[in-house]
Amino acid sequence: MATTEEIRTSLADIVNEVAGIPADDVQLDKSFVDDLDVDSLSMVEVVVAAEEKFDVKIPDDEVKNLKTVGDAVAYIERQLA
Amino acid sequence: MNALPAPTPGPAAALLGLGVYRPARVVPNAEIVDLIGSSDEWIRTRSGIETRRFAGADETVVSMSVAASRTALEQAGIAAEQLDCVVVATVSHLLQTPSAAAMIAEQLGATPAAAFDLSAACAGFCYGVSLASDMVRAGSAQHVLVIGVEKLSDITDPTDRSTSFIFADGAGAVVVGPTDEHGISPVVWGSDGARYDLIRQDAPWPVKVDPDPESEKGSHTLRMEGNPVFRWASFEMAKVAKQTLERAGLTVDDLDVFIPHQANMRITDAMARALKLPPHVAIARDIAQQGNTSAASVPLAMERLIADGEARRGDLALLIAFGAGLVYAAQVVRLP
Repeated sequence: MATTEEIRTSLADIVNEVAGIPADDVQLDKSFVDDLDVDSLSMVEVVVAAEEKFDVKIPDDEVKNLKTVGDAVAYIERQLA
Repeated sequence: MNALPAPTPGPAAALLGLGVYRPARVVPNAEIVDLIGSSDEWIRTRSGIETRRFAGADETVVSMSVAASRTALEQAGIAAEQLDCVVVATVSHLLQTPSAAAMIAEQLGATPAAAFDLSAACAGFCYGVSLASDMVRAGSAQHVLVIGVEKLSDITDPTDRSTSFIFADGAGAVVVGPTDEHGISPVVWGSDGARYDLIRQDAPWPVKVDPDPESEKGSHTLRMEGNPVFRWASFEMAKVAKQTLERAGLTVDDLDVFIPHQANMRITDAMARALKLPPHVAIARDIAQQGNTSAASVPLAMERLIADGEARRGDLALLIAFGAGLVYAAQVVRLP
């Protein structure tokens, strides 16, 4: 079972790959849009990559609720539980 | 009981000629942004679009098609009277009947060629190429004209933030006909009507269409759910593209050119990454100048690559187109 920090680190790598944001900036309290400048289309790419990486489903309706990195990590943790 | 005679199977088929029509008026983002409270930079980063073209009153679905078709016929070395069938892929010929195809055939001098319109939205051109290839192979036609044409500016709401900066106008045509070596791979195509509402006309024509563009009712009818469409197009269509290569017995290394429907530069980029296209493959990016012209985008992008010297006659090109329905179709072709 992956820890919160392991999920955050993997997600940070994905955000780095998709949007070119330094992985160290991708912290739990950061907003994807306001702090990291990840726009809605990049967010879709992050979500699809995260689905593959963690073998979870993140439906379109859910994506808009994932405002911060912490929201996304928590959602993935719940799916993995 | 006596069997009926079957058609005599025809020869191999290929794209023999290509022609396009780009409307005269170039519309920069600056002309679009005020009505949607947006900016040139926002449109460029979200879509890659810098300009598009809007057809004027005298540039109709039929007239743009005729112009593109004349070039395609000339390049193919085919006279209009040699055409056996005219297929027009469009969603913006605003008469349900008669078809644009019958009028275009007549104006070209192709009468009595068979003629019909095909409703497969942005995938229409690739649907048409598949049908035309099959007609030639099966012996029901020797030369088929396939046109993708749209005047989406007639049915786009200029105040809709999801679509107004995307959709545009234009026409492209190819002649499909007999050849020695087959130049059109098996098609991979399909539909997913469960997601019919992601890109749609929001009301039937008789309710919404108003001939007066100044009227408040307008023709504000195309709607799109951008993010789910982006997800479907970028990732599920990349899988369809891979299947198409497999069915053609090819890998990405064999390709010279990748011509996806010009929906959004971000979709093209995501598909190219998912396909792991090697650097030698030229990627169509006509959307930057042309916007999203639905059924016309693949032939328009094909012409641009050839005109810019990035692709040549005989190159192997992967075509993939996808859109409202949802529907999709893909094939590998030798460029005309």
